[in-house]
Amino acid sequence: MGTNKNNSPESTDKCLEVRSLWKIFGPNAEDLLDSGMPLSSKAETLEKTGCVLAVRDISFAVKRGEFFVLMGLSGSGKSTVIRCLLRLIEPTRGTILINGEDICAYDRAQLIHLRRHTTSMVFQYFGLFPHRSVLDNVAYGLKVRDVSKEERCAKAQEAIETVGLKGWEHQMPGALSGGMQQRVGIARALTTEPEILLMDEPFSGLDPLIRREMQDELIELQDKVQKTIVFVTHDLHEALKMGDRIAIMRDGKIIQVGAPEDVISQPADDYVREFVQDASPAKVLTAGRVMDEPDAMLYEWQGIKAALHVMSSSREDYAFMVGRNRKFLGLVTLKRLKSLLQTEGASIKDALEPDPARTDPDAVLEDLFPLAAESDYPIAVVDQDGRFMGEVQTSAIFENMIQDKGEGADE
Amino acid sequence: MSSFPEFVRIPLADWIDAIMDWLLTEFATLFDAIGHILLVVLLYIERFFLWLPWWFAILLVGVASWWVMRKWWMGLIMAGLLVLIGSFGYWELAMMTLGLTTAAVVVSLAVGIPVGITMAKSDVVESIIRPILDAMQTMPSFVYLIPALMLFGLGKVPALFATLIYAIPPVIRLTNVGIRQVSPNVIEAARAFGASSRQILFEVQIPLAVPSIMVGINQTTMMALAMVVIASMIGARGLGLEVLLAINRIEVGRGFEAGISIVFLAIIIDRLTHALAARQEKMLTP
Repeated sequence: MGTNKNNSPESTDKCLEVRSLWKIFGPNAEDLLDSGMPLSSKAETLEKTGCVLAVRDISFAVKRGEFFVLMGLSGSGKSTVIRCLLRLIEPTRGTILINGEDICAYDRAQLIHLRRHTTSMVFQYFGLFPHRSVLDNVAYGLKVRDVSKEERCAKAQEAIETVGLKGWEHQMPGALSGGMQQRVGIARALTTEPEILLMDEPFSGLDPLIRREMQDELIELQDKVQKTIVFVTHDLHEALKMGDRIAIMRDGKIIQVGAPEDVISQPADDYVREFVQDASPAKVLTAGRVMDEPDAMLYEWQGIKAALHVMSSSREDYAFMVGRNRKFLGLVTLKRLKSLLQTEGASIKDALEPDPARTDPDAVLEDLFPLAAESDYPIAVVDQDGRFMGEVQTSAIFENMIQDKGEGADE
Repeated sequence: MSSFPEFVRIPLADWIDAIMDWLLTEFATLFDAIGHILLVVLLYIERFFLWLPWWFAILLVGVASWWVMRKWWMGLIMAGLLVLIGSFGYWELAMMTLGLTTAAVVVSLAVGIPVGITMAKSDVVESIIRPILDAMQTMPSFVYLIPALMLFGLGKVPALFATLIYAIPPVIRLTNVGIRQVSPNVIEAARAFGASSRQILFEVQIPLAVPSIMVGINQTTMMALAMVVIASMIGARGLGLEVLLAINRIEVGRGFEAGISIVFLAIIIDRLTHALAARQEKMLTP
């Protein structure tokens, strides 16, 4: 994703802010907070008072357009937090600001307005209405706010096409596979054009292949719609893949908040360290992070002899060729270039290798393995606009994978 | 042999009698009003069944059975059963019984479904109503005849009232269960999209409880039919009275004819409502 990774945490445009949020399940939860009793241990509190400390003094802020991930194992309180954001679960104490307004002070009508217009939610178990067709499910958010039938069907149809379910509008949800049901869930959430999208483990119930496909599609979708997303997951890989920033939760507390690389490279404590230990750098580090500036580069307007001179000084048997503004053109090998010396009127473009290995800067190392295996030369990193960014040598891939993780992400 | 000590004597019967007396004197107008409403409902429904031409009723049952059960021969069987009842000479009595049953079911649903919904919405209400329903269902059905008789005298209205009391528990129970078993995930989703509690009730909970409510309607109907026969003892006319007369005169053949007619009616009603419930269920779980 990477759209917001460079923003400083102090960036002012906060869409959603949570300040010292508490949720205690059990009798007299309020009194327990007032009593001043030390609430440091979940187990101890449960034993003494019968209350469950689900969320303990959590604060975080989400910027507009940010993909924010709450990650933790089951029982860490992450699902409770995301429900508190809509007051599907009433917070025991704390402030939740959405666009600067404290929604905890909202009355019934304001709360319903918020849920209808500002937010929408995607659920782990889909939460589809089994007695309504796919189209009616997707249109539901507009139906509750009394939008006319034509308008809501048109909007719903649009959302259905966005998630790739065209042709399934009139099926009942029960006739769809899990992955398709969640597409309906996502379409339903998009139809109301919310500012904030809350996703509670949306892909956890899907099998791995479908899950990855849905993740990729969500990333693509987010590039298009640029919503503020709060995404809950128990899967670290998913968190690292999707999140602009990740908050790691344990026992109702946030242990660490940061960009995926920071979490990997500087785990806040042993718990996080243990968590990220099995996060292979192959799934986290991107081509953009491990690439190097090539020793030599050819420009399309250079002559063959000049090109040979450049290459001999770099002592490599290849070079990447670029045009104006570093536009990527391809890879030239020394052997082909030399063979052109005898040809009348040849330009260095004739020495271009067909189909050189290339990738984009967001690709993770894992995706580069097959490219590296097939190609005898380094992989070119080319951004969306076709500009040549750098090269990834096969050796660099392996160095980064076996390197100490701290250094790996710090360059 | 030891006998139970006589000084331990709780005069429950006296108390109940006292309560009944008090009810009768204090709430006479209320019971008159209830009786009047019941009578109006009953008369309209009964008149409809007696007006219905016999061939049309048979055709209707045949086609409806065919359509609901998706089998043409089920339509034939159901229509055939009705023809048999007519051939025993019991058409008019059967229609009276059907009218009383239908009236009891209509009122049961009108009262029972809202009560079931209230029960589903509140654990306190459920904990109060549930034991009452248990008591109502375990009480011998004859017992209902006494207060019905006292409150409304002899005739159709007390028969309807007793039938009502006997037949209403299933629909209350199954409405409650149906609404309670709607998946909390679905309700949460509706809430998250800003549905009000009224919208959740009418757009999510009730539609999803329909299969369960349909089963309740089926059971209520069967119980009403059973009770209508017993209610003939306090003045309900129809097939039940015919059985009662046959018992008094020890006419086995006549009793059997009337009895088997009741069974046929029961089969027709049960199959039809059961198939309807099953179809609802199927729509939700393809």
